[in-house]
Amino acid sequence: MNEQTASRVQLSVSGLSKRFGATQALAGVDLEVASGEVHAVLGENGAGKSTLMKVLSGAYRPDAGRIDFAGRPYRPDSPLQARDIGVAMIYQELTLAPHLSVEENLVLGAEPARFGWIDRRRRRERARRALATVNHSELPLDVAVHRLSIAQQQVVEIARACSQDARLFIMDEPTSSLSRIDVANLFTLVRQLRERGVSVIYISHFLEECIEICDRYTVLRDGRSVGSGNIWPGSMDHIVRLMVGGDAKDAFQRGHSSLGKTVLELKDLSGLRKPRSVSFSLREGEILGVAGLVGAGRSETVRVCFGLDRLLSGAIYVLGSDRSFATPSERLNSGIGLLSENRKDEGLMLNRSVEENLTLSRLSPFSRGGFVDKHRQMEVANVLMGKLGIRARSSKQKVDELSGGNQQKVALGRLLHHDCKVLLLDEPTRGIDIASRTEIYRLMGELAASGKAILFISSYLPELLAVCDTIAVMSRGVISAVRRAQDWTEHDILVAAVGGK
Amino acid sequence: MKTPKIRFLGEFLQAHQGVGPLLGLLLIVLLFSPTRGFLTPENGKIILTQTVIVAIASLGMTMIIVSGGIDLSVGSVVAFSGVVGALVLSVGGPLVLAVAATFGAGAFVGLVNGSIISRFGMTPFIVTLGMMGVARGASKWLGKNETVNYDTNSPLNFLMNNPSHIPFWVPPIGVLVALCLASLVSVTMNRTVFGRHVYALGSNEATARLCGIQTTSLKLKVYLLAGMLYGVAGLMQFTRLQQGSPTVAVGLELDVIASVVIGGASLSGGTGSVFGAVIGALIMATLRNGTQLMGWETYVQEIIIGAVIVLAVGLDRFRQGTREVASGG
Repeated sequence: MNEQTASRVQLSVSGLSKRFGATQALAGVDLEVASGEVHAVLGENGAGKSTLMKVLSGAYRPDAGRIDFAGRPYRPDSPLQARDIGVAMIYQELTLAPHLSVEENLVLGAEPARFGWIDRRRRRERARRALATVNHSELPLDVAVHRLSIAQQQVVEIARACSQDARLFIMDEPTSSLSRIDVANLFTLVRQLRERGVSVIYISHFLEECIEICDRYTVLRDGRSVGSGNIWPGSMDHIVRLMVGGDAKDAFQRGHSSLGKTVLELKDLSGLRKPRSVSFSLREGEILGVAGLVGAGRSETVRVCFGLDRLLSGAIYVLGSDRSFATPSERLNSGIGLLSENRKDEGLMLNRSVEENLTLSRLSPFSRGGFVDKHRQMEVANVLMGKLGIRARSSKQKVDELSGGNQQKVALGRLLHHDCKVLLLDEPTRGIDIASRTEIYRLMGELAASGKAILFISSYLPELLAVCDTIAVMSRGVISAVRRAQDWTEHDILVAAVGGK
Repeated sequence: MKTPKIRFLGEFLQAHQGVGPLLGLLLIVLLFSPTRGFLTPENGKIILTQTVIVAIASLGMTMIIVSGGIDLSVGSVVAFSGVVGALVLSVGGPLVLAVAATFGAGAFVGLVNGSIISRFGMTPFIVTLGMMGVARGASKWLGKNETVNYDTNSPLNFLMNNPSHIPFWVPPIGVLVALCLASLVSVTMNRTVFGRHVYALGSNEATARLCGIQTTSLKLKVYLLAGMLYGVAGLMQFTRLQQGSPTVAVGLELDVIASVVIGGASLSGGTGSVFGAVIGALIMATLRNGTQLMGWETYVQEIIIGAVIVLAVGLDRFRQGTREVASGG
């Protein structure tokens, strides 16, 4: 390992920072990757990994800091230019043209041609060679890419980047949708790249994977690089400690409410792709936290539960009776409400007013014969706005003019207006300011005290530990552990989330 | 893995574009065959002649739909370019100039559509919906709200009407022109860098850009070429009527889009074939012809054509559905 780290530095990053509005996404990142090195970049959700990768791949311009690639200053204007210089990003979402054949994708943008006419023999040769360099000559050249498995598509993508002489690969969660065998094949491929002196930056939530494939690591926390070093089998504990950081405790603490009867119970729930097997029960007055990494299947679980996605097998009991199959409107009628993690695309009508958004799901209290009494609608909205502390000029203001925190309170207010008994809250505090956050915690506490049941999905562990009665950890589509909140530590949750089998 | 396994009808259709529409055409011909006067050489010629305009327009529409766009202005552009061509002839302009002006008028509208769509990132649906009105209005303005008449002995009219000494069953030259154009566009779409980039653009625009394809100018070219093809269709339209009519080809966009979709294109872009679109155009013409010969009222015809269009788009959904299953497994 030492010879490798001593060899030529391929990429060096120092003092990198990037700010978006009020958020300091990167606040001083240092990173050094040698040629022929596989380097893990680790950190919790929101630590700044994806911003860093977007800067490296040319999608963002940094505010400050210096990047050198292959001995020269590196300042790409676009992902295209980054690729020309030799940095290839292998995205979570693959970037192939699904309808075109493997052969066409391999040469896309660089087709061998004479006067605009494609030279099909040379195209085939070049495609063959590209597949041969990654030792996957068995892939069919004439098949449309969308007919291949995800793993095969990934190979095509890597082969394409290789044929364009990429010297640094950035792989963002490359294994998130691969089977075990495919992961093994991918690792073989990564090792081949390493032997050819290509550098790889490897981002994964799965620590065990990083330990298996990577030579060195850098840990990010709150936009800063907080540690780096060589990887050896015992690194895991140290890395987890770096990721979690000191003991960040949240100010909010909630008194515990008494729990009533079970209102929602899932038994061995599985959906089309995720979740694979989820069982838990939720009682009146309870706040059940669901921790896990992005992609673990938490959102999918509540979507299946709410009737938005298809239930493949398993059962859903509402107040003790089997209600496995239901549409979202039936779920709402039985008092279950969902707050979508995707506030902008799914949760709100952005170009409509606050009052319309608050009351959309239940107009009946102020309508007669199909006509809505606008005045009473406004009154109802104003009461809710006061209760939730929604800051808007008036209830007529459009939602997209509000801050993220206030938007979220509007989305949450709709569930209150609907008088839901069970609230499924998917990342309710993501991307909002601390004041709004605290108000949402307070509100959740009040709701639970009044006997409502809350499912609280969050990737921010301190808030789960502070707010919840019970915490379940989900990993790869399965709920691996459910315990009372006081029996968990941040460290234990993280280990359960990354190490799930 | 060499040939993909055929699991569903939908996947089969997906894998063999053109076979499905061809079977559909055969079925329709079979259904109408007992009708008196349907299976005659003369009626064959009539159907082919009626197909020409829709088929040529559908060549341009195929390019646009494959690129991920849509063009609702095609009917108006056909009328507009036809009026322009007829105007040139009516003032005694040479044939070559009339033909060039017709093509040019179509290309000009395509250029305007393409520029707005590509430079300003506007939705093709809205831009071409607007153009549908603009081009229709412009043709009425040019024709002073009347049909534009020119010398009926102009040799250009032989494009779509045979002189009297030719046997009745011989199709006019226009059919040949349509066939040649179809082959040309098909080869362009399949064998040239331009054509493959159009498929890439419609399949995944972000990827196309990442791979160094100039998506803005590519879109512009697609609408420009399609406009020129609409111009050719406009030429066929006015030489067939032997006059430039500003009110002709209303609703043509439905027939053209239906032809392309029946021919295997997906409205979300990335797929579609010229061969399929031509078969689609034949299906539309055969349906119209057959229902006419059956002596059905025009409203029956309209209902059937409308239903076929919805069916065709339903087919598109069906194909996409099976694709998701195929890639999910």
